[in-house]
Amino acid sequence: MKQFLNDWGLILVTFLPMVGVLAMLCVPRESEETHKLLAVITSLATAFVGILLMLNFNYDRAGILQFRVDHSWIDAINSRFIMGLDGLSLPLLALTLLIMPLVFIYSWNHIPEPGNVKAFFVLMLVLEMGMIGTFLAEDLILFFVFFEIVLLPMYFLIGVWGGPERKYASIKFFIYTLLGSALMLVAFVAVYFLVKNPVTGEAIQTFSIPELKAAGGEGITRAAQVVIFGGMFMGFGIKVPMFPFHTWLPDAHTQAPTQGSVILAAVLLKLGTYGFMRIAIPILPDGARQWAPVIGVLAVIGIIYGALCCLAQTDMKRLIAFSSVSHMGFTMLAISTLTTFGFNAAVFGMVAHGLITGMLFFIAGSMKDRYHTLEIKRLGGLLVSAPKLGWIFGLCTMASLGLPGLAGFWGEFPAILSAYAPAEGLNITLFRGLMIAAALGTVLAAGYLLWLYQRTAFGTPTEEFADDPHIHDVTTPEWISWTPLLVLIVLLGFVPAIIFNVTEPAVNIIAKTVGG
Amino acid sequence: MWFFTHVWIVPAMMALSFLLILFFGKKMPKKGAEIGIFFVALCLIYSLFTLGNWITWSHDSPTLAEGAPEAQQLAAEKGALANVPAECSKVAAHPVASVASEKAEGGSGGSDTSGGHGDEGATAANSTGTGTGEVASGAAATSGSAKAAEAGAEETLTRPVVRCATWIDSPEASITWGTQIDGLSIMMLLVVPLISLLVHIFSTDYVHGDRRYTHYFAFLSLFTASMLFFVLSQSTLQMIVGWELVGVCSFALIGHWWEEKPNSDAALKAFLTNRVGDMGLLIGMIILFFAAGNSFSIMDITILANEGGIRHTVLMAASICLIAAVMSKSGQFILHTWLPDAMAGPTPVSALIHAATMVVAGIFMVARLYPVFFHGLSISGSSINLLAVVGAVTALFGALLAFVQKDIKKVLAYSTVSQLGFMVTSLGVGAWTAAMFHLFTHAFFKACLFLGAGSLSHACHHSFNMVDDMGGLRKIMPKTFWTYLIATGALAGIFPLSGFWSKDEILAGTGSFPGSSHANGTYHLMLIMLLIAAFCTAAYMTRTIWYAFYGEYRGHGHPHESGPRITVPLIILATLGAIAGLANLPAQLSGWLDVPDSVQTRFEHLVEPVGLYFPQLTHAEFNPALAILSVAVGGAGIVLVYLYYWKGAFAGLHGLAGRNRTAAFFKNILVNKYYFDWLYTDVITGWVKGGLARGSNWVNKNVIDGVVNGVGRGAAAGGRWVYDNVDQTVVDGAVNGAGSVSSATGGGLRRITSGHIQQYAALFFAAAAVLAGMFVVLIG
Repeated sequence: MKQFLNDWGLILVTFLPMVGVLAMLCVPRESEETHKLLAVITSLATAFVGILLMLNFNYDRAGILQFRVDHSWIDAINSRFIMGLDGLSLPLLALTLLIMPLVFIYSWNHIPEPGNVKAFFVLMLVLEMGMIGTFLAEDLILFFVFFEIVLLPMYFLIGVWGGPERKYASIKFFIYTLLGSALMLVAFVAVYFLVKNPVTGEAIQTFSIPELKAAGGEGITRAAQVVIFGGMFMGFGIKVPMFPFHTWLPDAHTQAPTQGSVILAAVLLKLGTYGFMRIAIPILPDGARQWAPVIGVLAVIGIIYGALCCLAQTDMKRLIAFSSVSHMGFTMLAISTLTTFGFNAAVFGMVAHGLITGMLFFIAGSMKDRYHTLEIKRLGGLLVSAPKLGWIFGLCTMASLGLPGLAGFWGEFPAILSAYAPAEGLNITLFRGLMIAAALGTVLAAGYLLWLYQRTAFGTPTEEFADDPHIHDVTTPEWISWTPLLVLIVLLGFVPAIIFNVTEPAVNIIAKTVGG
Repeated sequence: MWFFTHVWIVPAMMALSFLLILFFGKKMPKKGAEIGIFFVALCLIYSLFTLGNWITWSHDSPTLAEGAPEAQQLAAEKGALANVPAECSKVAAHPVASVASEKAEGGSGGSDTSGGHGDEGATAANSTGTGTGEVASGAAATSGSAKAAEAGAEETLTRPVVRCATWIDSPEASITWGTQIDGLSIMMLLVVPLISLLVHIFSTDYVHGDRRYTHYFAFLSLFTASMLFFVLSQSTLQMIVGWELVGVCSFALIGHWWEEKPNSDAALKAFLTNRVGDMGLLIGMIILFFAAGNSFSIMDITILANEGGIRHTVLMAASICLIAAVMSKSGQFILHTWLPDAMAGPTPVSALIHAATMVVAGIFMVARLYPVFFHGLSISGSSINLLAVVGAVTALFGALLAFVQKDIKKVLAYSTVSQLGFMVTSLGVGAWTAAMFHLFTHAFFKACLFLGAGSLSHACHHSFNMVDDMGGLRKIMPKTFWTYLIATGALAGIFPLSGFWSKDEILAGTGSFPGSSHANGTYHLMLIMLLIAAFCTAAYMTRTIWYAFYGEYRGHGHPHESGPRITVPLIILATLGAIAGLANLPAQLSGWLDVPDSVQTRFEHLVEPVGLYFPQLTHAEFNPALAILSVAVGGAGIVLVYLYYWKGAFAGLHGLAGRNRTAAFFKNILVNKYYFDWLYTDVITGWVKGGLARGSNWVNKNVIDGVVNGVGRGAAAGGRWVYDNVDQTVVDGAVNGAGSVSSATGGGLRRITSGHIQQYAALFFAAAAVLAGMFVVLIG
């Protein structure tokens, strides 16, 4: 069993969704139930493999890559098919494997216009493969391929199943991310040619992330590192998204179908932050140290600015989208400190944000189904019309604003904490200033979230919806897909060690690479 | 001992109660109320046993003889911390070594002291003992010598019992949670379930038939659990968690009737104002975390702060940040504005959360981390500091606001603000025990007053407007009247009710009154402000009695006395409010009144910690002259108001604000609550929500997105130009094969003509071209 997982585990978990896709391609478009069933089974099977991996994962040695596969792939450019799982990728893999089945279950009776279950589900399975692959890839080219694979299904999800402005939103999303990817690829290629073996002093000419990490940017001058890091910054920063490259996000989120928004918020944004921690920082430590203050400042601008934009929104979904900008700012601030505390906070922040904001988008989607609008002015009295939905919404609101005892806190507070003592060599005064600004962001977060909750859930329903029979309480598929998320939000809030203990050894290595 | 080490059961029981009510409450015959009452009663019984154990436990404590060699003293102090396991506090396990190494590193922290230093243990205590003694700041040294002068010269060391579990285990910092049992937490452990139980019982009648009856009791349970979790905290991180959880319960209960907008507004205001203070809490705790060498352990922080292991400037910065948190949670100026609005919640909630327990969380936090404040603000030997100023200003200005309120609950709310100010001042001037004692007595009589107001409103058609809807209820509601009267007397500081003793201790603690001795500083300004505040307190409380109980009934219908589930809690609380002062009769009274030794300053001995983790405090002696003055001041307030309302004296003052512009000016300021609400709600919030937020959104739409769209448009134009000029003329003419490919793509581009698609497709095309070009250049 262990041997099988060592050889095939990661490949299986990555490509199992494609098996589902192949099966679904053989089934005619009309048999929608079969497609739904196939998709759910596929995602559950993938999750099952993931669980096996997690059970066989050696948590005492979470700092090193496990279940590693290494095959020759594109010999011409010396790119190999390397995959591995360590404490940094494991929580994100788990998040992906959790979210996808829930999204499929939720889709059971929430197929957005214009229908076509087959295409919709096939695209989401392709998306799943891309996301899992990105988190497991240990070769830059392989990473890049998966990173790009993610783009296309999401483009279609938004462009075909989205809201009225879907074309603008989807193309903006696509072009913006592609632009970043292009610069990122240039940076990868530059790394390939420039990095030298620290012992022999020869160019190692490899895309293998572990090898590049071991080289630690040897052979690249500080100035060159800064430029190359800039390329990666564009690639990952746009994905996060960091201020001022965030404007694709509110449009994409607002226009995407509920499933798209959930996946986007829960997993896709993390590809960017993950990229920073997996690739950019360990491979280019000098560049990272130079960029850290810039990233920190942009992150905090993102926190405050995103929160202020939230306060001005009139559409619930758009507000939640902007809150992502603000929350991811905390994650990026934590990363910019280049410390173990910071990296730990960042990984926790990613998972927590994935669970909480994913939940918020689920709720927004369900409210849209009931009210057919998300204009805040027209909503109100959700607690009267659908009390359970209202309570769930309230819990997620509290989680999102970082209430201790719920998951959000452990992404937010340690991020602020880490900014008090950034890695050696970074400007302490600057980072303490950022810490205070970030703390101010928590006040604004409480402001926009509670204000949203007050206007949508408190009070009595507006006349328009007072006796609307469509506004029913939580349905069974909703319960099934939401319960795991809600349980995890509370559980992680009280037992944060579940994630911290896994990530600690892995991020500690990164912090040592860059902190020296 | 068993009760000390298993005290986690208490918050766990309440958490269980919350879950049970949430999931099964609606199916129970009493809709969940019985679950809550059952568990709170269990908690109270547990607390009483704990108290009993604590009393015997204290008897066996080692004593510290004054004049003994330093090394011997240190060894004894260290021995008293034997029940603090090393995993809960590495500093407590090896205090001397830790402080010494902290000092060696210039107090920068980050040292792991559990290794080599640890084994030396007692020898280290002996060898470095003298050095550590000198580390203690000058202030502590002064108080130490003053202490030596105190009679008896022998004090009993406190033996705290700490238990913890690892929360997050990391090589950089082991983060724990658990319980810390000493006098302070036991006092709170007693007060919280006691008030909570009475409020539960009161509520079964008061909110009977409410639309969310079960939900109400669930939140009472959750609140009690969070509050107990908070007061038992072993680490500051746990404190933050408890602090925020009680905040969210307060939010939910203020907004209990959220259908009406004013209620949800009040709930939001409470939460957001507290969030502002929480910034200070988070930053302050972060500062202390790093200062104590990556530790959240309260024991670590307090010992290091007390023994000079943390630099003074760091302590000062931390205490200033934490004072912001006290301002919001404990309703101190200038973040007090949420507390009066919080009265939108059900009255029993006001009694429990917004008078007796949650709002003292800030006071408790200061008391728990007292060395940080004591040394950080140089409280000893000083005459002014931020904590004392904040408290005194709140005590006085809060009391003034109570005069212009028509709503009886608002009067009580401002009274709470003012009394919390007394406690903060007391902590600020170094009278720690006085502050805790006042917290203790205040919990009883203020809860009694709030529940009394609830009883009144229950009779008067749910109105709290004492000016327009009450009056003459003395005869109709005798039980409510008498309990209310006793509690008022206690609040006003009338001898021998409990408030007299605790308030007098605070006044004496300022050390300013002529002839007072053994105070930690001389705070003249504080004494004057507090005396004026005490005068106002007596006066405004008498005013409420006039409006509610005397004169003619001005409301509707026929009021009646409330049922036993309302009056029995009132009677219990009034009794406690009357006699709680006996818990801490001053020792110096014995020459003056015949008081047996065994009942002197019991509270002080049981509650105030003595040892490495708490500063050496001196205790101001009871001063008969000051006691008489304070009673006289309170009496004057009562008499003047009595003459004004009952006898119609000072006729010139009646309706003065209508005639005199100066008076009108001042009244206007009071009615508008010093314009703080206007400043916060209209100016600051309005500006952030309106101007700033809309501005940001505008920038987002027009500037940032404008650039993005502009680039897209530019790229589209560029693509078109290339197509027209290069592709069609140059390429097409020159290379046929390449030309056909290009025009195919170009043609595709031309066909899409609607909306934004064109420019983005062009940009896509351009980007893809650039990408391909880069590939070629780089790979080739």
